[in-house]
Amino acid sequence: MKALWFHLMPYPDLKPDFKQKHNSVWVDLAPGMFNPEIGHRAYNEYIDELVYAANAGFDGVCVNEHHANAYGMMPSPNLIASALAREPSNAAICVMGNSVALYNPPTRVAEEFGMLDCLSGGRLIAGFPVGTPMDTCYAYGQNPAVLRERYYEGIELILRAWKEDKVFSFNGRFNKQRYVNAWPKPIQSPRPPVWVPGGGSVETWRMCVEKDFVYANLSYFGHQASKASIAGFWRQMKEMGKEPNPFQAGFLQFVGVAESRKEALDLYREPADYFYNRCLHTDPAYANPPGYTTEATVRASMGSQVMQAAQQSRMKARADQSDIFDAGHVVIGSPDEVAETIRNVCKDMNVGNLMLLLHFGNMSAQLTRYNTDLFARKVLPQIKDLFEGQWENRWWPTGMPANKRVPAGSTFADVTGIAAQ
Amino acid sequence: MTQPRETTIDTPRGPMRVWKKGKGKRVGVFAGIGGQPRWTPFLDALADSRQVIVPSLPGFPGGPSSDGIDGHLDWIVAARDAMVAAGLCGADLVGASVGGALATELASLWPDDVRRLALIAPFGLFDEAEPMADIFAQPPGGLARLVSNKPEAFDAFLAMPEGANKMDWDITSLRARVAAASLIWPLGDTGLITRVSRLTAQTLILQGDQDRVIPAAYSKRLAKAINGKTKVRTIKNAGHVAECDQPAATAKAILSFLDA
Repeated sequence: MKALWFHLMPYPDLKPDFKQKHNSVWVDLAPGMFNPEIGHRAYNEYIDELVYAANAGFDGVCVNEHHANAYGMMPSPNLIASALAREPSNAAICVMGNSVALYNPPTRVAEEFGMLDCLSGGRLIAGFPVGTPMDTCYAYGQNPAVLRERYYEGIELILRAWKEDKVFSFNGRFNKQRYVNAWPKPIQSPRPPVWVPGGGSVETWRMCVEKDFVYANLSYFGHQASKASIAGFWRQMKEMGKEPNPFQAGFLQFVGVAESRKEALDLYREPADYFYNRCLHTDPAYANPPGYTTEATVRASMGSQVMQAAQQSRMKARADQSDIFDAGHVVIGSPDEVAETIRNVCKDMNVGNLMLLLHFGNMSAQLTRYNTDLFARKVLPQIKDLFEGQWENRWWPTGMPANKRVPAGSTFADVTGIAAQ
Repeated sequence: MTQPRETTIDTPRGPMRVWKKGKGKRVGVFAGIGGQPRWTPFLDALADSRQVIVPSLPGFPGGPSSDGIDGHLDWIVAARDAMVAAGLCGADLVGASVGGALATELASLWPDDVRRLALIAPFGLFDEAEPMADIFAQPPGGLARLVSNKPEAFDAFLAMPEGANKMDWDITSLRARVAAASLIWPLGDTGLITRVSRLTAQTLILQGDQDRVIPAAYSKRLAKAINGKTKVRTIKNAGHVAECDQPAATAKAILSFLDA
């Protein structure tokens, strides 16, 4: 089992009456609300938390891309990943990911991921999301009628750019480049593992099967919400004659660990409330532009996961938060309780990559460390063995030999120059 | 209200449904948001004194697929193909909303092929100082309330035809929305204003006095930029879809303009 520590990087200063006073946390939230000094503190604190997790025994750390959004302050996750890439840890750096259709040309993704893989010594997991409608169609103005076609073509271009050793021309429907030259290329050969964060889109399942990508269901509503999407992916795998290797699937789970369930309730109630009742306050009007949900998905009678989330965010605040904790949106409890739940859920869904949100909402750095420590010390050892030795993991970064890795800061470590004075 | 005669015509993009009804001089109609899923009182009123010809544009109900349409040039070519295939060269042309944007393009680029042009709240322009509404960013069920003064009537206009398969109809409706998005996403600005100086046909621009989608100033700006003689008129007690909200008054205004 691989456990990855995921940070959304929420803006930590949304006021208690945010839901009453603002239409949406996304797209139309006034940029004048952003306080750069709070941003400065938050970015540095959040990077410290990711570094801490990378050193605490997690297999990887995760960042992702959002735009015009107060719950995810990473329009460029690659900037954060590059800070992490300089850290000496062996943890994988999972950029989950770059919304391929937003890059013009997508060669930029091939280049930046190539840089990150070089910088980190081959520790990159390359995530290729189609991106939410809020990010892509509304915040970035992409036409939903062709968003997916752009996305598929962009992936094709990136994969080819990584593969070719000679300059080539690409004459796509949307991208036309006389000289494609992805310089630098990634360390991992033939390429970094590709993971695709998806909702319940039939096309995404199919693409992951065909191209041998990891399918990762990222729902903010926990394992119960992910169940149907993951099951759809395994159904698709079976139909296409592939073996159900759990390392080809992942899902996202909020977790709050404490000495007891009661203590966990006390500790995590507020940050969970902040996340579900402020950070997720999204206008459903932005959730389903025409063409974003494909015909195949409509025919499969799969509702839009984004729309469901947005509609739920419109509901009244859950005073007792029973939905959040009892329904498993956030798994809380003692280390043994959390380990048992996660083990059962991962076995049940046959998922070998667990992406953990151990920071959520306005959780303090101290509580984040407490949650991370407890998970690393007391939960991780109880789940690590799952699936190990039973399946080959072909979707994990290969890294590079330790004796070839250049530690950050080593270049002038033994030199006394003017900078040292 | 009797139903029109339906024919299927080959176009370069594939088979296209064409509805015809009435006798007299030809008038083509390019439908608005949602296309033309059913014959309407507005079309019927036009057909009282004219031969009404309604081609179905790509992606809209009855039209060929809009797959592969990548830009505005593709849309203009597809609309031109529809015009030629439906036998509308030299006829009068009516265009509503998104169909109005394309009708204006055809009259601008092939000025000899459009006798008179009647537009109902056409898309194609955008003004940062007075932005039009975002017809796509609407909550479920919100579009009808935005575009129409009679939302129930507009919903009924777009509703599943009797006897249709629910899933097939959901896909048909989705395709129509995708086609509209393909044409006017994200602002509604198709660059039309740069081409209408070529438009020489006499033009009528109609707009509901309660249009909550396109500000009234857009009609005046468009009228000013058109080279031909142009009139702007408002339809009382109507929203963006004046032809749905006030079918008789809208048809009457168009017929008196075309016959003048």
